[in-house]
Amino acid sequence: MPQNDIKISVKNLDAFYGKNKVLHNITMDIPSNQVVAIIGPSGCGKSTFIRCLNRMHEVVGGTITGSIMLDGEDLSKNDPVLLRRRVGMVFQKPNPFPSMSIFNNVAAGLRLNGVHNKKEISLIVEKCLKQAALWDEVKDNLDDSGANISGGQQQRLCIARTLAVEPEVILMDEPASALDPVSTSKIESLIFELKKDYTIVIVTHNMQQAARVSDRTAFFYLGELIEYDITKQIFLNPAKKQTEDYITGRFG
Amino acid sequence: MVKRLNNHFSQNIGDLIFEKLTLLFAVSVFLLVILMGYEMYLGSKISIQKFGFSFLFNSSWDPVQEVYGALPIIYGTVVSSILSLLIAVPLSIGVAIFLAEVAPSWLEKPVSFLVELLAGIPSVIYGLWGIFVLVPWLRNSFEPWLADKFGYLPFFRGAPYGFGMLAAVMILTIMLLPIISSISRDVLKAVPRSRREAALALGATKWQSTLIVLKDAKSGILGASMLGLGRAIGETMAVTMVIGNRSLISTSLFDPSYTMASVIANEFTEATSQMYLSSLIELALVLFIITIIINAFARILVWSMSRKWSAA
Repeated sequence: MPQNDIKISVKNLDAFYGKNKVLHNITMDIPSNQVVAIIGPSGCGKSTFIRCLNRMHEVVGGTITGSIMLDGEDLSKNDPVLLRRRVGMVFQKPNPFPSMSIFNNVAAGLRLNGVHNKKEISLIVEKCLKQAALWDEVKDNLDDSGANISGGQQQRLCIARTLAVEPEVILMDEPASALDPVSTSKIESLIFELKKDYTIVIVTHNMQQAARVSDRTAFFYLGELIEYDITKQIFLNPAKKQTEDYITGRFG
Repeated sequence: MVKRLNNHFSQNIGDLIFEKLTLLFAVSVFLLVILMGYEMYLGSKISIQKFGFSFLFNSSWDPVQEVYGALPIIYGTVVSSILSLLIAVPLSIGVAIFLAEVAPSWLEKPVSFLVELLAGIPSVIYGLWGIFVLVPWLRNSFEPWLADKFGYLPFFRGAPYGFGMLAAVMILTIMLLPIISSISRDVLKAVPRSRREAALALGATKWQSTLIVLKDAKSGILGASMLGLGRAIGETMAVTMVIGNRSLISTSLFDPSYTMASVIANEFTEATSQMYLSSLIELALVLFIITIIINAFARILVWSMSRKWSAA
């Protein structure tokens, strides 16, 4: 991988909850404008890993050693608030702000970032809802509560909300695991669209999903990175036996 | 077949008894409220017949002349409650935010415990503290200082007695603080963590994410404040001990005042005439009605707010 295409570079990353070590010596590079899928059985550290990438891991009291570089800058040396504006996150369970309307949910991030021009906000809100493939479904009731739409719509609302801040990287923590197949396929095609403009890291339980949407796949097991390669390679010709066992469904 | 039917029948009977019994309990609470109101109405009939609405608007409370007007007393009750609420609510929200959002857990637990402990202290103890600590301090230091710096305002004029509206407001504030802040803390803690994470992941600062959490919690905090208001209006002992107990409408917070609960507690034993007794009971009726109105209002407010965001 050419050096200037690397968006995030992780070196010798260990992550802890208290004294409990949950990630062991992870080293991997995440290239720009690609989708990287993180797969592995429950409890393997997938979520912890991506929560290290926007420093949400430390919000719940976790610590790390090793280094994570974003565009060559060490994350730990930067303000986490500014970092999270560059590295957005979509959570497993859709979490729109119920006290805000659909419109304000998308506008929330903009306002947090100091954008208060009404015209500018409504333009960006429309653009992001369109990007998230939600605009046609909600354009007539933008003033409804963000919690009064279906789960799949809520998740796309959360994606729109993330896009509005104009991040460079989007982290997705099993974004479709709580959704029905139709909503899932909408989210997947959305991911495919988004990678033109963003670097995406997606945690998923669903191997077909990883195979469908990602360019590269990393297999985590018990807190270790077992294998990381082009997705096709991982699924058709894995180098490690553990990866093969997991992919063929022999465990996990 | 018969046996099964019997069985079925007896189960139904059980459910029926259960249903009627719980209904009876529920209705009895309702009846109790009505009965209390009716009792008080009967007891205050003479006073109501004699004074009519002037009872509420007349400002002389004079047992010697047998003239009873409750305006200064209602005024004292409302002003002391509202002022203490205005001070206590922002402070309590501050305490609640600190406990729920900011404090590390090793600090949060003991401080929360202390706050809850404060809520359980009998009010007579607050009253004693008021008489021996708060009132002398007000008389010797705080009220002269206020008069000196802000004497141009009508609120800080007159002789600094110590005993008076200001003392009552301060003691009520201290008593409301633990109630409102511990409920508000529980309300904040009940807002799911995913809400905070959503805000933080958008690049919110700690303060901005707290504001979003507060928005979710506002109906609960409002409810807590109304509970506090109910407490302030009904608080008897501590207020009686420091408010000065004079039926007087004054803009100055230094002046003594009176509240409905204090009047009833103080004068019930001395009420020798029918009319005196009847007027005190009417005062209780007014207090009862005001409390019900405030509680109903609070409920409606909380309902309408939570219905708006019901899907949350």
